[in-house]
Parts: sequence; structure tokens; C-alpha cells
Amino acid sequence: MHTVSMSRFDRPYLDDPPERLQLDVENVSLSFGGVRAISDVSYSCYPGEILAIIGPNGAGKTSMLNCICGLYRPQRGRIMYGRHNLVTTPPHHLPKIGIARTFQNIELFSHMTVLDNLMLGRHVHMRKNILQSVLYWGRAEQEEIRHRQFVEHVIDLLEIQAIRKKQVGALAYGLQKRVELGRALAMNPGLILLDEPMAGMNIEEKEDMARFILDINEEWGITVILIEHDMSVVMDISDRVVVLDFGLKIAEGTPDEVRQNPEVIQAYLGEEEPA
Amino acid sequence: MTVSQNGVFHQTYSSDQQLRPTSWQRYRIVLVFILIIVFPLLVGNRELRIANTVIIAAIGAIGLNILVGYTGQISLGQGAFLAVGAYSTGLLMHQGLPWWLAILVAAVITALFGIVFGIPSLRLKGLYLAVATLAAQQIVGWIVRAWDPIDGKTDGLARELAIPNTNVVLGNRLNTSEITFYVVAMIVLIVVTMLATNLFRTHIGRAFIAIRDQDIAAEVMGVDVFRFKLLSFATSSFIVGLAGGLIAVHSTIISFERFTIEVSIEYLAMIIIGGLGSVAGSIYGAAFIKILPEILREIGTIMTEQGWLDAAEFDLILPYIREAAFGLAIILTLIIEPEGIVKVWRDVKSYFRLWPFSY
Ligand SMILES: Nc1ncnc2c1ncn2[C@@H]1O[C@H](COP(=O)(O)OP(=O)(O)OP(=O)(O)O)[C@@H](O)[C@H]1O
Ligand SMILES: [Mg+2]
Repeated sequence: MHTVSMSRFDRPYLDDPPERLQLDVENVSLSFGGVRAISDVSYSCYPGEILAIIGPNGAGKTSMLNCICGLYRPQRGRIMYGRHNLVTTPPHHLPKIGIARTFQNIELFSHMTVLDNLMLGRHVHMRKNILQSVLYWGRAEQEEIRHRQFVEHVIDLLEIQAIRKKQVGALAYGLQKRVELGRALAMNPGLILLDEPMAGMNIEEKEDMARFILDINEEWGITVILIEHDMSVVMDISDRVVVLDFGLKIAEGTPDEVRQNPEVIQAYLGEEEPA
Repeated sequence: MTVSQNGVFHQTYSSDQQLRPTSWQRYRIVLVFILIIVFPLLVGNRELRIANTVIIAAIGAIGLNILVGYTGQISLGQGAFLAVGAYSTGLLMHQGLPWWLAILVAAVITALFGIVFGIPSLRLKGLYLAVATLAAQQIVGWIVRAWDPIDGKTDGLARELAIPNTNVVLGNRLNTSEITFYVVAMIVLIVVTMLATNLFRTHIGRAFIAIRDQDIAAEVMGVDVFRFKLLSFATSSFIVGLAGGLIAVHSTIISFERFTIEVSIEYLAMIIIGGLGSVAGSIYGAAFIKILPEILREIGTIMTEQGWLDAAEFDLILPYIREAAFGLAIILTLIIEPEGIVKVWRDVKSYFRLWPFSY
């Protein structure tokens, strides 16, 4: 198990940085009634890397993320994150072990402000009880303000200072995607799962998003698992790629290896050519 | 659109997180407090009694809004929760507890009761949960009509609960001295308003709203959704229990007619019209729903005096007019301003803040 010292990263610590652990997906199978969404898939994600999961529509990519974060329970296989078996971990425990995610169809708290959405990312790090909460006295106020500082670092990183008090539901799509990334970052995760963070964006927005992903990976040292359809982005920013097709893993390797893999080319025929 | 305050620059996060950051907002608070103090000196006993029912309703509506408006868990059990608060208060006073302690203990009992009826929210959402909370209504209705200790007669029937004459503050009984009750209830309302407002400045309140907006995302963000739903049921019911307790000490006797399903619906109307997910809106809605029938009665009185209407006939149809007016008010709210009175008020305020440059 690799655990890299985090001290060299410029990350605004409030709490101890989460351990970055290796993720091992072992022989995972998942079906819905008769539909096999994932068949016997195994791969690992190493601390500090950007791993892309690609594949045609319906290949099982989102289902894979849902298995990792406990929303789906695979019928077979194990998913180990360090010593934690994620298959038996309830979803609300994931932030505690340092895993955060975003969703393919934005799942923000649309009636809250950007700031409150990000503050919700700090939820598991907050301790005050209901009495301290309603009195908003001393410790409760200090806690809110301490976490506000962390959230402001995230706001700076993602360059969303101007919209912090805006209601999320009223924002443009591209900005919402950025806020959702921010909410995940606010959890101070060691591993972040991004489900098509650039879908539906224009070139400029995609470039910004790619830059943010590289920033959080390089400067904050966060391990990234990224689902993305835009091959040029995938090839540019990921260290390794896992290719799924009809629930099967058909290839794994560096972007260059995957690009030349005949099975991958076959799977993408009629869809879009890998760039 | 909410209008941000131009020219206000916060130097620290703590000043930015204050509730009333600008001085004119603080002046408004002072104004409201002055109104609260001079109001009882200006009006008669009848107006004061109406004001007192508004205050009780406002407390109950804040409680219900925490559950329905903020956490998104629809409840048709408000009447039952009020009943638990009211009957527990009365019974505890019979056990010799001072009225204020009886109300507090009753609120805790109501909170526990709320937790029990919150358990179905693990599985049920929306209308299904609403139907489950109807069970609370039925069960409580049955208990308070059949449980002997309530009226002290061992006949398997309970008609009404007499409130002991220990509901006294400085020699004045709370059910006869409206001004005394006004002071007590207003203090409770102010405290409840402050506590509820604080709640939504912290992670617990945010978790409630997150559950309402996106429960799956909330779960993945680390919110133990079931625990926080129960916490919302408990917090909400505690406050509703306080309102129930105030109803008890404001009465000579209580009977179940004051806690029926119609009451539950009336409270839902308050928070819809006032503004779901708004503490201030709960108060506006309560005032609207409680004052509207009084206005209708006024109009009716004028019409009978003019000879346009027969007085007996008017008394007969008044309840129906009242229900129709509530229904109309809800429909108009949903069509014109689904966010309720609180939104209208906010718009008016921002209009004047920008005036004369309001475009
Ligand atoms: N909750 C569910 N119930 C039933 N079937 C499901 C469910 N979730 C996913 N599936 C099925 O599993 C398969 C894989 O779906 P998944 O969403 O994981 O694909 P994907 O690779 O993310 O596709 P896309 O690129 O379109 O997002 C599909 O056939 C889908 O219909
Ligand atoms: Mg998908």
C-alpha cells in the first residue's frame, strides 16, 4: 500500500489530511434483474494518480462509481480502499474515510447558496450538537467560521468568489458543475470521483475544468477517478485509463496503450473515434 | 431575485455570518420590539385575544415549517402533535408540576412522540409519509377520547381535560388575563424564532435543507439522512409541543375538537401561504390564517347590520366561507407567488432599498 506524505502539498489544512489509500476493485459484478451492468471487473487506482474510466453509453461507468460510494451493492466482488471494504460501508461514511464524488446529472442543493452547498461539504467535520447549534454560541460560531475559512480556500481555487452568495439553482450549467466540484473538494477528500465533469460544456469551460482537475491533483495531492467522454481531455490529463464496454473491462493502461488497443477501437466504432 | 447590499464590505467571516449585518436592519428590529411592547397598550381585550391565538399559531407553524418546509417531510399530524403537547401539559399540571415546567416536559414528550412517528420516513416519502403521519392523528384522537385519566371518570370515555388553576403568573391566570398570556407567549415566540433562525446558520439546519433538496447527494456528502430526519421530527415536534402547552394554559378545558385533521391542514396552509422554509414566513402565514376569519366576521357583521344578510344564516355559513377563503388563499399563493408572503415582503424591501433606481 502506497501512502505518500502530504506535507509537500499546498493544501489548506483544518483537520488532518486524509490518508490517500489504494483503491482495489476486485471481481465486481452488478446486475439489475436481467441486465448485467458490470461483469467481473477488476482494477486498481493508485494514490496520487488520475485514472480515467471510459466507455460507450451504458457501459457501466456510472454504476461503477455508485458501487464505490455505496449507492449500489454489487452482487459479487470486493472494493477495498486501504483496509475499508466499501461494499459494506454506508454512503454517509465515505467522507469520513476521505472519498468524495460528483454526479453525472448535477445533484446540488439547488435552493441553497453556493457557500452553503460548499459548507455542506464540511458536514462530517462538524461536531456541535443541536443545543449548541440553536444557541449559536461560542464554540458553535467558532466552528462555523473555522470551516468557512477552508471553504474560502476552495472558492479561491475554483475562482467562484463572485457567486458565493448566489442561489445555485439560478446559475449557468457550467458554473453548477464547478460548484459541485467545489462541494466535493470542501470535504477535504483523499480520493475524488468525477462523473463526466465536463459534459455539456463549451471548449473554454472544459479547459478551465481540466485545469482545476490538474490543480487539485498536483497541488492538493488528491487522487482522481474521472469518467469522461471527451477523448482529447482524457488523453491529456489522465495517467492511466480503464475501458469498459457492456459491463466488461476491455482494456487498461496508459492513454497511448489504450488508444492503440484494437478492442477499444472496435468498441468505439460507430460511436466516436478515440482522438 | 434577491438584491445584494451594495456598499457593504465585510472584513471578517464572522461579520459576514451575522444575522443583521447592516445598521438599518438593526433599526428595524428595534422598531419591531417597540411595536410588540406598545401593541397590547393600544388595543382592547378582543384584539389581544386574537393576537394571542396568532402567537400560538406562529410557534406551531415555525415547528411545522422545520419539518415540512426545511426538511421536506410532509406531515398531516400537526393536530396530533399539538394535542400531545396540550394534554401532556394539562396532565402534568394535575400531577403538581408548575405550568412552565409542565410545558417544557410536555414538549420533550412531544419530541419523543415525533421521533416515533418519524420512523416511517426511513422508507416513505412525500404523500406516502403524509398518510403515515395521519396514523398519529388517528391514534392520538382515539387516546384522548378514550383514556380515563383525562377526565378522571372511569367510563372508558374521555370528554375533556380541565386545566388546573395553577396557570398563574404574578397572581394573574393565563386563561383569563390576556395581557399576562401575551407577555408569556410572546417571550416564547421570540426565543423560538431566535433558536430556529440559528439552527439554519449551522450544519444541522443545512443538513435538513440538503435532505429536502437532494437526499442521495446529502447521504454521499456524509449526512446520516435517517438520523437527521429523526432529528428534524424531534426538533419540530418539540416546538409544536410548546405551542400545544401554551394552548393548554390559555384554556379552562381542552377537548379534541381543537386538534383535528382540519387543524393539521390549517397549519399546512399557514406555512404554504407564509413561505415554506422560512421562519419569518411561518409567522406571517399564522397571522394571515388566524386574522382572515376575523375579517370575514367583521364583513359579515357589517352586512347583517345593513340588512343584506340574516345573522343566523351568516353564522351557519361562516365556517364554509372560511374554508373557501383558505383554499382561495392557497391557490392564489401558488399561482402568484409560490414562495409565499415572505417573498412578497422581501421584494417590497428590495424595491425600497434601490428606490428611486429600481429597475
Ligand atoms: N438503477 C438502475 N436500474 C436498472 N438498470 C440500471 C440502473 N442503473 C444502471 N442501469 C443499467 O446499467 C447499465 C449501465 O449503466 P450506467 O449508467 O452505469 O452506464 P454509463 O457507462 O454511465 O453510461 P453513460 O455514458 O450513458 O452515462 C445500463 O444498461 C443501465 O440501463
Ligand atoms: Mg454514466
